[in-house]
Amino acid sequence: MADVALQPDRVGTAQPARKRSSLQKALKRKSTAAFLMTLPLIILIALLVLYPAFYSLHLATLNKSMQRFVGLGNFEFLFKRDTFWLVVKQSCIFAITAVFFKALIGFIVAHFVHNIPAKGQRKWRGMLLVPWVIPPAMSTLAWLWLFDPSYSAFNYTLSFFGIGPIPWTGDAAWARFSVILVNVWYGAPFFMIMYLASLKSVPEQLYEAAAIDGANWWQRIWYVTLPMMRNIIAITTLFSLIVTFANFDIVRILTAGGPLDHTHIFATWAFRIGIEGSDIPLGASVSLFMVPILAVAAIFILRDVNKRGNEA
Amino acid sequence: MSRKTLTRRQFVAATAMSSAALITAPYVRGAYAAGKLSIGFWDHWVPGANKASTDLVNEWAAKEKVEVTIDYIPSQGNKNLLTIAAEAQAKSGHDIFAMPTWWAHSNAEQLEDVSDIMKPIIAENGEVNGTAKYLGTAGTKWLGVPACVGSQIKGPCSRIDLMKKHAGIDVQEMYPAGSEPKADNWTLETFLKAAEACHKAGFPFGIGLGETTDNVDTAGAIFLSFGAQLVDAKGNLTVKTDAVRQALDFYKKLINFLPPDVAAWDDASNNKWLVSGRGAMIMNPPSAWAVAKRDAPQVAEQCWTHGFPAGPKGRFAPYLPYFWSIWNFSKNKDAAKSLLVHLSKPAAIEKMVVASGGYDLPAYEKLTTLKVWQEEGPPKGTLYHYPNPYKHQTLSIAASPAPPKIAQQIYAQATLTKMCLRYHQGEAMEKTLAWAEGECEGFMRS
Repeated sequence: MADVALQPDRVGTAQPARKRSSLQKALKRKSTAAFLMTLPLIILIALLVLYPAFYSLHLATLNKSMQRFVGLGNFEFLFKRDTFWLVVKQSCIFAITAVFFKALIGFIVAHFVHNIPAKGQRKWRGMLLVPWVIPPAMSTLAWLWLFDPSYSAFNYTLSFFGIGPIPWTGDAAWARFSVILVNVWYGAPFFMIMYLASLKSVPEQLYEAAAIDGANWWQRIWYVTLPMMRNIIAITTLFSLIVTFANFDIVRILTAGGPLDHTHIFATWAFRIGIEGSDIPLGASVSLFMVPILAVAAIFILRDVNKRGNEA
Repeated sequence: MSRKTLTRRQFVAATAMSSAALITAPYVRGAYAAGKLSIGFWDHWVPGANKASTDLVNEWAAKEKVEVTIDYIPSQGNKNLLTIAAEAQAKSGHDIFAMPTWWAHSNAEQLEDVSDIMKPIIAENGEVNGTAKYLGTAGTKWLGVPACVGSQIKGPCSRIDLMKKHAGIDVQEMYPAGSEPKADNWTLETFLKAAEACHKAGFPFGIGLGETTDNVDTAGAIFLSFGAQLVDAKGNLTVKTDAVRQALDFYKKLINFLPPDVAAWDDASNNKWLVSGRGAMIMNPPSAWAVAKRDAPQVAEQCWTHGFPAGPKGRFAPYLPYFWSIWNFSKNKDAAKSLLVHLSKPAAIEKMVVASGGYDLPAYEKLTTLKVWQEEGPPKGTLYHYPNPYKHQTLSIAASPAPPKIAQQIYAQATLTKMCLRYHQGEAMEKTLAWAEGECEGFMRS
C-alpha cells in the first residue's frame, strides 16, 4: 500500500486551505505516524549513542591533559606501540574465532532442536537460551570461579583423571582459550535461535524435491539449507562480530587483559589506558580504532546481503 | 495622571528607617543557611565503617547549618574511578571526592588548592609522610587532604606458626607488640631463604604477579629496596641500570618459590591464599586477616602484620593513600574546607580508624600509635606494627619517584610485574629492559 498519494491536479486550490489540508494529510500518512512514534527512540539514540560517539571523536583529537588539539597525533602514537598491535591482533583472533565457533555450534544445535518433535521443542529452546539471558557479568563471575588460578573446579575435577592443573588464566594460550570459550558459551544460543527461526522458514517442498533428485544429507544442507539461510547467517555474523569486537565484560572479569597483556582486546585496553591510566584521549583513540575495522566488515557483509536480496 | 514626588528629606528618612529595621531585626538563620555540600566518599569494605564518617559529617553539618549529601562509592569494578572521570569531564558532581592514590595528580588542574587548611592540620597532627606528599602535592599546591579512610600499608602478613616451623623465623620476636622492631636481619636475602623453605614445606608465600594493585605494590617496594627506578624523579629513563637488573634477578629467584599460577592473581587471590591456610605469608593490609577472623579463626590467630624486608638501598613498604579533594567547580568551597578540617581532627581520625578495625591509616606522624592497633587481635598486638609506628620502613608507592603522571602509567600498566614475568619466562635480561624502556618512553607522552 502506498503511503503517499500524488495528486498533481489539485495544485490550484486556495493557499491556507491547502496548507491545512496538507498538514492533515501529512499527519494521516503512515510514514509520519511511524516517524512520530519512533521519535522518542531517535532522540534517545541521538543522546546516548550519537553524542557520545562524536564526543569520543573530539576526545581522541586532544593531548593527554586534554588541553591541546593534536589532530591524529594519538593514532600516530598508537601505531608505533607494540602493545597496540598486540591488542589489534588479539581482538581479531578473539572476535573471529569466537564468532566462527558461535556460528558453528549455533548451526549444529539449531538442527538438533529443529529435529526435536514440536511438543518438547519449546522446553529445549528455553534451556538452550539460558546462557544468553543471564547477564554476562554474572555468568562470567561463575566462570572465573571455575577457572580460579588456585581453586579451579575444573582442575579439581581433572585431577581425578590425573590431568592438570591447567593454568586457565595464567598462561597466555590457555587464557585466550578461556575467554573465547566463555564468549562462545554466552553467544552461541543467539545464533542457535536465529538459525532455528531461519530453518523453520525453509519450505519443506525444497527438501522433498531434493530427496526426489537423490540428494544426500550433505547435499541437502549445502544446496538447500545454506542458500536459504545465507542472509540470516550474514546478518547474524555481522551483528555478532560487532558485539564480540566491542566485548568488555568477559575479558575484564576473567583475565583483566593478562597475563602479559595477552588477552587484552580494544575495550579492555581502552579502559586500562583511559580510566585506570587517566589518559582518556588515548583510551578514546583505542576504542575508536574498532570503527574502521567494523565498517569494512559491515560494508562487505551488507553488500553481499543486498546482492542476494536483488537476486531473490 | 497625578504623580507624587519624593522629597530629599523623605528619601533620607525612608532609607534610615529601612536600615535601622534591617540592623535591629533578629538575625534569622535557616536550618541550612550555609548552603549545600555533596560528598563522594569511598565505600568502605568494613561493615559499619561508613557510619563513623556519616556521623562525623552530620555532626559538623548540624553545627555549621549545611545540608550535606553523602554517596559511598565502591572501588569494586573501579566505580570510583569511573565517577571521577565522569565528573572531571562534566565539570559537575560532588563538591568533595575521595581520590585514590594517583587520581589527585591526574586531575590536578581541576582541584582546589587546600594548602591553606593543610598548614593548621599538619601543625596539629604532625608531618605528613613522603608518599602522601608525593601523591598529594603539585608544586606548592596541596591537591587534597590526606584521608585516613581507605589509606593502607600493604606489608607482610605472616603465619606465626608456619614461619617459625619452616623458616625458623619468629615474626613476633622480630616485631614485638609494644616495642621497637628487632628486624636488622630481616633482609631480602632472609626473605628469599624463608620463601624457599616455606615453598619446600608446601606453604609458599602468596605474592602475585598479575596486573592488579596488590601485585604491583609488592614489586614496587622490592624494586625500590634495590634502588631500582624505571624513570627517575626528573623524568629521565633509568631502566637499563644495575639496580633494575638486580631487582629482576631477585624476582626471578623468588618466582620459583611462589605458587605456579601467580601470573593470573588478582587482588582477591592473596586474601584467599591466606584464609585457605595454604600460604605462610602474603603482602596485604589487615583486610585478609579480618576476613580470616570471620571465616577461619584458627588462621587469623596465627597472623602477624609486620614490616617489609630490607634491600641494599633500604626498607620500603607499599603505601596507598586516599585524598579528600575539592573539585574547583564546587559551589561551596569554604564549607568543603571547613568539613575537611573537621574530619582531620585527631579525635575524628581516631573514630574512623577504630570503626575500620585498624585498617585505615592516617598519614600524619603523630597519629601512628593509636590504641586500636595495640589492642586489635587475636593474637593481641597483631596490628601493632601495621602503621609503621617507629618509622622503621620508608612508605612508598610503586613507580615512584617518577613524575606522578608518568608513574601512574607504569603503575596502571603493571610494567614492573610484566618485566619480572617476562624475565622469569626466559626472555633475555636486555630484551626485557628494552621492552620496558619502550613502554616508559610511551608513558612520557604529554
